[in-house]
Amino acid sequence: MKQNTFQFRSRSLPLSLRVKQRVLTVLLLLLLVTLVAMIASVAHGEYPIPPLAVIQTVLGLAENSDYAFVINTLRLPRTLVASLVGLALAISGAIMQGITRNPLADPGIIGVNAGASLAAVSLIVLFPNVPVGFLPLSAFAGALAVSLLIYFLAWEGGSSPLRLILIGVGIATVIGACTSVLITFGEINSVSQALVWLAGSVYGRSWEQVFAFLPWLAVFMPFALVKTRQLNALALGDDLATGLGCHVEWQRGWLLLISTALAGAAVATAGAIGFVGLMAPHMARQLVGSTHGSLVPVAGMMGAMIVVVADLLGRTLFAPIEIPCGIVTAVIGAPYFMYLLVQKRNQ
Amino acid sequence: MAELASKEQTSRSPLIGLIISIVLLMICLFVSIALGAADISLKTIYEAIAVFDGSTEHLIIRTVRVPRSLLAILVGAATAIAGAIMQGISRNPLADPEILGINAGAAFAVVIAVFLFGTSEPIFYVWCAFLGAGVSAVSVYLLGSLGRGGMTPLNLTIAGAAIAALLSAITTGILIISQRTLDEIRFWLAGSVAGRDYAIIGQVLPYIIIGIVLALALARQINILNLGEDVAKGLGQKTAWVKIAAAVAVLLLAGSAVAAAGPIGFIGLVVPHIVRLLIGIDYRWLLPYSAVLGAILLLASDVVARLIIQPQELPVGIVTALVGAPFFVYLARIKVSK
Repeated sequence: MKQNTFQFRSRSLPLSLRVKQRVLTVLLLLLLVTLVAMIASVAHGEYPIPPLAVIQTVLGLAENSDYAFVINTLRLPRTLVASLVGLALAISGAIMQGITRNPLADPGIIGVNAGASLAAVSLIVLFPNVPVGFLPLSAFAGALAVSLLIYFLAWEGGSSPLRLILIGVGIATVIGACTSVLITFGEINSVSQALVWLAGSVYGRSWEQVFAFLPWLAVFMPFALVKTRQLNALALGDDLATGLGCHVEWQRGWLLLISTALAGAAVATAGAIGFVGLMAPHMARQLVGSTHGSLVPVAGMMGAMIVVVADLLGRTLFAPIEIPCGIVTAVIGAPYFMYLLVQKRNQ
Repeated sequence: MAELASKEQTSRSPLIGLIISIVLLMICLFVSIALGAADISLKTIYEAIAVFDGSTEHLIIRTVRVPRSLLAILVGAATAIAGAIMQGISRNPLADPEILGINAGAAFAVVIAVFLFGTSEPIFYVWCAFLGAGVSAVSVYLLGSLGRGGMTPLNLTIAGAAIAALLSAITTGILIISQRTLDEIRFWLAGSVAGRDYAIIGQVLPYIIIGIVLALALARQINILNLGEDVAKGLGQKTAWVKIAAAVAVLLLAGSAVAAAGPIGFIGLVVPHIVRLLIGIDYRWLLPYSAVLGAILLLASDVVARLIIQPQELPVGIVTALVGAPFFVYLARIKVSK
């Protein structure tokens, strides 16, 4: 069957792209929805701003400087952080599900986010003077340490997806307890700052956080897209992947590194926003199928949309009180997770 | 625990081992009363109990340390028996009120109730905890058995983790919305036996006693059920009734424990496994042993929690998690095959 595709081949660079039209349409639609949600999110607040003015101000077309401060300094970075964090978490989840070949793997459930939170909270509580830029680094280190630990503990002549999840749940509990210790005994000011991370919120995020996070996304997202071919091979099973010429353990290692880097940086920026890495790839799979070349970007866009919408909901539902978007995603995501658990039986 | 193991493996009759454990429990109880932030001599402790004179030290002993230690014993015994029964009925080595979301359910119900009705009567906590524990236990059980392959340890654990995640997210949400609820409840939510008085013990004691009696009465039936559901049916057991009675016992025990001390995890997971190593799988001995060892473990954890970083103290739930969760990982490695 011939499908409508767009092709791109570069003669000078070792690069070629082939994108199904359906994937492109879905991506554009998701982007549109995300943009609308972002505009709504920037427009909405205690000081409402008409959506048109938002667009004008962001594009630099408006003269009204009242709006400019509220939008550019307060609301825009927050929304940007929400979308970027969603993007990173969803891609991380898609990769995680690919390498474990387990549709229920999620950086939140198997404790990677917990590891990143512990590292970030330790940094905040024990070394309060360290600049914000170090947070992603330490969160990444925490996430990496935890995922390696889980991987090795679950190893027994190969990494069994089943044990991976059970051990992940156990490790997440230990780490949660360690975090509670820090929270109980840290100096009160740094603790309340740390609590914001734990709740999973994009409240009060500034350009500083956006710029601390961007490099991670800029390095690891293209890396993830390049590695989708290996992800496809791994999805066939270790034996077939080896037969196809894929260095299974190496590739799995690289992919695990990418996945934890994205999750770690996201957690450092906005705390442990749960279930995004689980939901987004599944929804993307429904839309574009499970070829990772199309799945990873669509899942990423979907994740961005989910977090932006969750943040908007969290701000509007019980206004003037704000619900952290991590709670909104958990309330939506946990039932979805259960649905997946039940539905898996019929496959 | 190591000395205990060696002592008990040498003893022939389980009864002698049980008596030794009870003696150990008494020693722990004594240590728990003697140690704390304030230095109090042994003689004063004796006087506080025998000839109470109302001095500060006597007051500390009578109103702080004794109720706290008694509560630790009750809660430890109740959760350990609940865990043992859960592991026996579901034939799942990883079953535990914390892992399977029962604690989260109880906590959720109490928070909801305080949020909606604004009451803080201890008896109210107890009933809400029962209700919440019951609802979440049933939903985890249903969800777990709906997954592929039926009620496997993996499906149950995942269902428990998902329900716990959902409930604790809503709980956090409510605490953020309502500062008043947070104020009334945060002390309880930490999972601690500190600062509880006799009134709370009085509220939960009847339910715990009923639960323990029911559990002990069921021991024989659980032994038979452990042979496999078909065998049990063949031997004439009404397995459905046994399971329902066992579930009632679990809810009474786990529910009262959470109501009194907040969510304290992993005692119910760790203790039955240790007991199985010591005396085997006969539930007629396993249940009383679990009760005594559970009480010892929680008492000891509480002593550690209060001594490790003086002058502050850790909530005991954190100590049990730090001890219990690695044990869970170990079990998942050893007991769960692909």
